[in-house]
Amino acid sequence: MAAETGDEAFVVFDRVQKSYDGAVLVVKDLNLDIEKGEFVTMLGPSGSGKTTCLMMLAGFETATSGTIRLNGKPINNIPPHRRGIGMVFQNYALFPHMTVGENLAFPLQVRRMGKSDIDAKVRRALNMVQMGEFAARRPAQLSGGQQQRVALARALVFDAELVLMDEPLGALDKQLREHMQYEIKHIHKNLGITVVYVTHDQSEALTMSDRIAVFNDGVIQQLASPEELYERPGNAFVAQFIGENNTLKGTVKAMNGQRATVRLDNGDTVSALAVNCGHADNRTTLSVRPERVFIGARGDLPVTKAAVKELIYLGDHIRCRMEVYGTDEFIVKLPNAASHIHLTEGEAVDICWETDDCRALDG
Amino acid sequence: MHLKTLLTGAAFAALMAGTAPAKDLTVVSWGGAYTKSQTEAYHKPWAAMTGKSIVSEDYNGGLSEIKAQVEAGNVTWDVVDVELSDAVRACDEGLAEEIDMSVLPPAPDGTPAAEDFIKGTLDVPCAVPTIVWSTIFAYDSEKMADGPTTIADFFDTAKFPGKRGLKKSPKVNLEMALMADGVAAGDVYAILSTPEGVDRAFAKLDSIKSEVVWWEAGAQPPQLLADGEVAMTTAFNGRIFNAVAAEGKPFEIVWDGQVWDLDLWIIPKGAPNKETALDFIAFSTDTQRLADQASWISYGPARQSSAPLVASYNSRPDLKMAPHMPTAPENFRNALQNDFEFWADNQDELNERFNTWLAAN
Amino acid sequence: MIDTTRTDPKKTLPASDGTLLRKKLHRVLLRSRLRAFGLVVPLLLLIIMAFLVPVVLFLVRAVYNDTFSSNMPNVTPMLAKWDPASEPTEEMYAALVADLIKTREDKSIGRVATHVNRQLSGTRSLFTSTARRAARLEAPFKRALISIRKEWGEIKTWHAMKIAATTYTTAYIARAVDMQLNADGSYSARPEDRRIHVTLFLRTMEISIVVTLMGVVLGYPIAFLLANLPVRTSNLLLILVLLPFWTSLLVRTTAWIAMLQGQGVLNDLFVIFGIATDEHRFSLIYNKTGTLIAMTHILLPFMILPLYSVMKTIPPSYVLAARSMGASPWTAFWSVYFPQSIPGIGAGGILVFILAISFYITPALVGGQDGTMISNFIDFHMRSSLDWSLAAAMGLVLLVIVLFLYWLYDRVVGIDNMKLG
Repeated sequence: MAAETGDEAFVVFDRVQKSYDGAVLVVKDLNLDIEKGEFVTMLGPSGSGKTTCLMMLAGFETATSGTIRLNGKPINNIPPHRRGIGMVFQNYALFPHMTVGENLAFPLQVRRMGKSDIDAKVRRALNMVQMGEFAARRPAQLSGGQQQRVALARALVFDAELVLMDEPLGALDKQLREHMQYEIKHIHKNLGITVVYVTHDQSEALTMSDRIAVFNDGVIQQLASPEELYERPGNAFVAQFIGENNTLKGTVKAMNGQRATVRLDNGDTVSALAVNCGHADNRTTLSVRPERVFIGARGDLPVTKAAVKELIYLGDHIRCRMEVYGTDEFIVKLPNAASHIHLTEGEAVDICWETDDCRALDG
Repeated sequence: MHLKTLLTGAAFAALMAGTAPAKDLTVVSWGGAYTKSQTEAYHKPWAAMTGKSIVSEDYNGGLSEIKAQVEAGNVTWDVVDVELSDAVRACDEGLAEEIDMSVLPPAPDGTPAAEDFIKGTLDVPCAVPTIVWSTIFAYDSEKMADGPTTIADFFDTAKFPGKRGLKKSPKVNLEMALMADGVAAGDVYAILSTPEGVDRAFAKLDSIKSEVVWWEAGAQPPQLLADGEVAMTTAFNGRIFNAVAAEGKPFEIVWDGQVWDLDLWIIPKGAPNKETALDFIAFSTDTQRLADQASWISYGPARQSSAPLVASYNSRPDLKMAPHMPTAPENFRNALQNDFEFWADNQDELNERFNTWLAAN
Repeated sequence: MIDTTRTDPKKTLPASDGTLLRKKLHRVLLRSRLRAFGLVVPLLLLIIMAFLVPVVLFLVRAVYNDTFSSNMPNVTPMLAKWDPASEPTEEMYAALVADLIKTREDKSIGRVATHVNRQLSGTRSLFTSTARRAARLEAPFKRALISIRKEWGEIKTWHAMKIAATTYTTAYIARAVDMQLNADGSYSARPEDRRIHVTLFLRTMEISIVVTLMGVVLGYPIAFLLANLPVRTSNLLLILVLLPFWTSLLVRTTAWIAMLQGQGVLNDLFVIFGIATDEHRFSLIYNKTGTLIAMTHILLPFMILPLYSVMKTIPPSYVLAARSMGASPWTAFWSVYFPQSIPGIGAGGILVFILAISFYITPALVGGQDGTMISNFIDFHMRSSLDWSLAAAMGLVLLVIVLFLYWLYDRVVGIDNMKLG
């Protein structure tokens, strides 16, 4: 993205590698630019290297090779406490022996700020997260959500331009988590800070981020906006990891511009959008989102036979497991609309999808 | 009183309850080379003669265990080797059985036991003496060629520089201090009975206080000498002899100003095998047995008739035991017998004063 | 507003089978409580029988001694009534003679004499020698007794008997703190050359406190290291910390003697490196220094283990958070990590202090002149002087001191602030 030093991005990972034991690379050749004011999420399964990247940015881990630049300056050799980066931890890391107010005052005190300034800033930060009345409480007297707000306020109270969040909502229940997601999003927008957010929850990443970097095996698989990522996954891992996905394994028979003709493992042939399936004779994975499958024929789309195996009622939609092209793990989501089609288990139906919704990815 | 005794007894019994192995007699003594000398001279021949078995236990002296056993009514010891002061006290306080001295065999020449034992040693009605032991002082002849010869030399750190080992107790130390200060052995207790005498003894001790290494267990002094921790130290004569005879240490004993004492057998009140115990005591204190013991350790037999029978050290026929006995005439010239009566009367006060003196810098 | 005739609904809420809910709940809870209690009964009995009862019975000796009163039935009530400012009467002399004859016969004279001798040195032989001749004495007994030993005419002999004759007495506790109980019930300080116990109590405190502090200073970094190393390494090191437990206390103490004595390893090294001359080697043992070194070493694991287990529970993210907020490593440690490890210091400190205050074998072996502690004297009175009442009184005073310090700790630090893991 960025090219010259003059208008380089706010945070730059430049060919960063990390190894703990000198044998295995946990992070392999990471390049990532984050613009000022951006909300970037590092998403990936555990062990994918996302947290290591965050820790290198915070200064708690050193990069084995490559440089990390903040605001144009290499920060590899700057200790964490001189980086001025705010951080929110998974377990909040609120100091149990201090009150909420003291917790917030801590970063200001180590900066030798005057008492009245500290008081004003602490009050403002607490009000921002609607915790103004809790300054005298101890963290142990707060609920999980309240502790999370305090942790957030503490990371923001010293006006850090960059705030790192390491799975901050992991310990909250679903409802509270969703609520906090919006709140963090709003704070990000209001303050104009840059946020680097780590999570393994893809829906959380989709909700909050400007861009998402999908990590797997120490490598960024795809860096894109949520929509791009969901609609146009770049490879099979991303397609599988983001949202729900039906996969069909096969071999490319022929390439025709944007289209690929694929012979599936059960012998049938399907036409798909060629994304990165390479050329003929390559193994490929076809990806079809469950909500993009139609029941019955539609226009001149090619139909295929399917057998209904199982129906699960989920309120807003119905999940239907079907046997399609020799696999019985094929999922179709039927919206619970006024006029939706009623299926019964064991029934044989025709299904079809837009050729562009069937993406031929790497094998 | 009764309820308390009962409860104390119950509590101690709960603490001490344990099943004893099959045995005919439990004999308790001080351990180490001393118990070995008794085992060789008394236990083995007695067991061979009677066919009975002896369990030998070690203890650290004092009457506390006997007192606990007697008060709890759960006595497991049959015969205990004690010092004179403890023998008298055990007898006075009803912790020991009275012994009928007529069971003691006469000397081989027919002298009755009452006359054969060293004069004044058979006065405690509950105890039969076995040995005469002595507190002497010793030095390493390799490190001090021209060594000390009198008790006064022990307190003379100008003439004989170096650390001194002393037992951490006023007993013996006060007597030695007075003898070093020129008091004749016969006058020591008379002078020590006056406040001025006590002050005088402490003043003498004070003159070497900064050089003293205090020992508590009998095994310590030979070790202190061997390690070069002290230039000279008081010690029990048998321990030093043992280091010389068995380990070849170049230690030299100075007998001048020795303070001698007795070890005696007692039978704790209510001992489980009283009759057997009596039999064992009579056997082990006959002339031959006491003489035999002296070939294992250099403590003098309590019977006069044993002295001529004392032979050589068990493993070294060249090492005659007689000159190493506290009772040998040349060793006995300036010797003092520990006065039990004096210490029984004054030990509380003198212990307190000694410890206060020790704690003051 | 309040209808007083209505009963409290809480008390009348019925359970499904019609019985009162409260009662039912109570019964269910009672059953589970009884079951829980049943589980601890064996241990409880063991503690009561083998610990609590003996300890209490022994401590009772600190204020109770009937050696005189139970063996001298005639003179005891007279002594109790007697005004110590007045001369003893002929009647009292007569009663004394009767008691002496009785104690000679039932062989309790030794115990009585020893007991009185603790009040006044020299009375032991006075009693035993007089008792031997008591049966031949004739009235007037006052003159007869004085003619045997002039001490019978001295008022201090009778004062000592009056004190010894009291069954319930504070005399021993007074002696444990270097005071003495006088015959008229007043207290006075003991003669200066016999004041030893207060010095000892203070020294015991001093040694225990220094050992505890040394334990914190030495143990904290080790515990910190253990808590922050990978589990494999820390387990190995933990075994090293526990290793001393597998060796007898005696062996460890003796090893210190070999290390620290004048001709020992450490002093040899000092001489080799020119820190000390061969003639003036350091006195590292048989004094307070030796006691402090050996006790600190022996008690160190008791400091490290609670500290370690507390530190193990401090999430590393606290320090990371502090660092990210701008705290230097030292500030992050001091204002965030350290306060959270205080419960471990509290637990380890109390453990080490309480163990140290009653330490006995080590000071006995390496304490020498000024490194022995109060427990060594309790032991002395238990085993050598057989003055169990004084031993009990000293133990009682020690117990009171420990309880007081415990209370103080609770007030200052708070006992809840102690965590063993």
